[in-house]
Amino acid sequence: MIFINKELCKACYICIEFCPKKVFTISKELNKKGVYPSEVDDESRCTYCKICELMCPDQAITVVKK
Amino acid sequence: MNFDDKGRLKPGKYFMQGNIAIAEGAIVAGCKFYGGYPITPSSEVAERMALRLPHIGGKFVQMEDEIGALASVIGASWAGLKSMTATSGPGFSLMQENIGYAVMTETPCVIVNVQRGGPSTGQPTLASQGDMMQAKWGSHGDYQIIALSPSSVQECFEYTIKAFNYAEKYRVPVMVMSDEVVGHMREKVIISDYDNIEIINRKVGMNELPFKPDDDLIPKMPIFGKGYRVHVTGLSHNEKGYPDAASDPVEHAKLVKRLNEKILRHKKEIWDYTAEYLDDCSDVVIVSYGSPSRAGEIAVKELREQDIAAGYIKLNVVWPFPDEIIYEVAKKTEKIIVPEMNLGQIVREVERASKGLCKVKLVPKIGGELHTPEEIIMAYKNF
Amino acid sequence: MEHFALKYLRKDRLPHIFCPGCGIGIIINCTCKAMDELNLDLDKVVLTSGIGCSSRIPGYFYLDSLHTTHGRALAFATGIKVANPELTVICFTGDGDTGAIGGNHFIHACRRNIDITVICVNNYIYGMTGGQVSPTTPEEKVATTAPYGNIENPLDLCKLAEAAGASYVARWTTAHPFQLVRSIKKGINKKGFAFIEVVSQCYTYFGRLNKFKNNIELLKYIKENSININKAKNMSEEELKGKIIVGEFVDREKSEFSEEIHKLIDKHKIVK
Repeated sequence: MIFINKELCKACYICIEFCPKKVFTISKELNKKGVYPSEVDDESRCTYCKICELMCPDQAITVVKK
Repeated sequence: MNFDDKGRLKPGKYFMQGNIAIAEGAIVAGCKFYGGYPITPSSEVAERMALRLPHIGGKFVQMEDEIGALASVIGASWAGLKSMTATSGPGFSLMQENIGYAVMTETPCVIVNVQRGGPSTGQPTLASQGDMMQAKWGSHGDYQIIALSPSSVQECFEYTIKAFNYAEKYRVPVMVMSDEVVGHMREKVIISDYDNIEIINRKVGMNELPFKPDDDLIPKMPIFGKGYRVHVTGLSHNEKGYPDAASDPVEHAKLVKRLNEKILRHKKEIWDYTAEYLDDCSDVVIVSYGSPSRAGEIAVKELREQDIAAGYIKLNVVWPFPDEIIYEVAKKTEKIIVPEMNLGQIVREVERASKGLCKVKLVPKIGGELHTPEEIIMAYKNF
Repeated sequence: MEHFALKYLRKDRLPHIFCPGCGIGIIINCTCKAMDELNLDLDKVVLTSGIGCSSRIPGYFYLDSLHTTHGRALAFATGIKVANPELTVICFTGDGDTGAIGGNHFIHACRRNIDITVICVNNYIYGMTGGQVSPTTPEEKVATTAPYGNIENPLDLCKLAEAAGASYVARWTTAHPFQLVRSIKKGINKKGFAFIEVVSQCYTYFGRLNKFKNNIELLKYIKENSININKAKNMSEEELKGKIIVGEFVDREKSEFSEEIHKLIDKHKIVK
């Protein structure tokens, strides 16, 4: 499971760029800060390498292996 | 020299240099950390501490400069040790930023300044009292510190203990404003029974919030490594310790006013002076601090022999300035004379505090020599 | 579900002040990951910092922390570590903090080989004050106080640490999070001075001033310009121009300062 805390996200999109499996995309809804946060596009591609957890500068992404 | 079971000098009579007496006083006060940088005429304090601290399990570090020296002292204080440094003019200038940091973070520490002639490198081996205003105003922002001024080797010993007590009690940097004459002079020191010497230790602990003060306006100190998990910053902070107050006018004002008030509210407990003949001083009073007090005292005695109603008051604590005490003196006398080894610093405070009730005259002396009693007497005669 | 780092952080202070895409958040994560894997006694960890963006890191950790004056964090840390050697002392600092105003303290902390772990966020610029040139700004790069491009020679902080006597020296970038976690763990475990430089992206100043399109492009540039020390060994100076050499540079055993002080005390103590 991939959890994104949309309110912590500052929309830098490092997760989108650095996810080796391109799991993330940009949400179409604004968060409370007024930016379009990242969201999960296709979780089935996730290999649980967790680089997104380490590289999200805003502690917004959590990955739990099912 | 003989040491007791706590590593202190055994009570008795000693012949000792002022800088050594400061170090021995610090040991008695419970100092366990010294961070310093060599500078004339204060280096004997560091040398003595390097020799003596290992005796009592204390730690000495010769840092890379005076900025680092005070920084290490503040760090050690937060790690729980009574800590000090000693320096002179140029080093004192370098320490100013971290003095402000110690004030803001309410860090107990003792800074000894064995004053020499300035400005700049000036006179490394000769005395002055040129840093008295810097002691109070040298760092930026509004703040209070405590400064003592010894005039003898005995006082070097005693005031250093007192300085640690004030630092620990009020969580503030305390300065011992010595000078080259007192620092390098050797004279008799009497160490009495230690049962008669009060030693104060900080209140370790924490209220609901780390910077929430007790009723005395002083917070308990949540020292590091005890599980308090406190954030300490030089930025304006709220009682949580968070720097949110840096951009909050109300929180900033609340903090800075408390930091000032915690000293000013207790000023009467902090003030300390030695006075004589104040009940018969209608002609003149010599107001002094530090080394010139030695000449001042003799001058008063000689003036009295000439049937002049002269008194003296020696300020042992110069900051916070004892306004009300000087005001009371000003009521009783026609003239006040202030001998200082500078071109006029504390005399301004005396003028301000006497509120025009009497005439105030400065006897300035720079160049490194002490005032003679005659110079002070002549200042009275030519008032 | 919450992020693994949050149990180490002051949640009431989040989100933190760092700009979107700033590398500092990544360094926070990697530090938390290292703490996680080391299973440290958190009551015995003290963080220190000086002034700058990187120096705001300790304030977000739910640990004892001392946010000090500009450049002086290592001198404060020296006092803490000497006073209580039981504490694990970690110092967060930046390129200006370490290389410029605090250069002296840096050299001497390395020389004493005091058991402190330094995590230095090198973003090539003064971020907090608005993008001024720093001692590590590469030649010709633009800063607000180098509007025509930097004409000074940049400082290699790792080489300085090595020459000054640190026990452990490594450099990674924010695009090397796993390697960084490993080095932070090694640094904390090292009995001695550990210096870990992390080249990090500051898009707001370094990136914009130097015509990077966005933080991603800057971070990719950092990643693509990184060359591992093992590979770099066989490359010429010409080939290495403008490259970021990453890897472990020093890993050695030396006497440690706070321990030496205790040996000295054991020898000369007269009080039981």
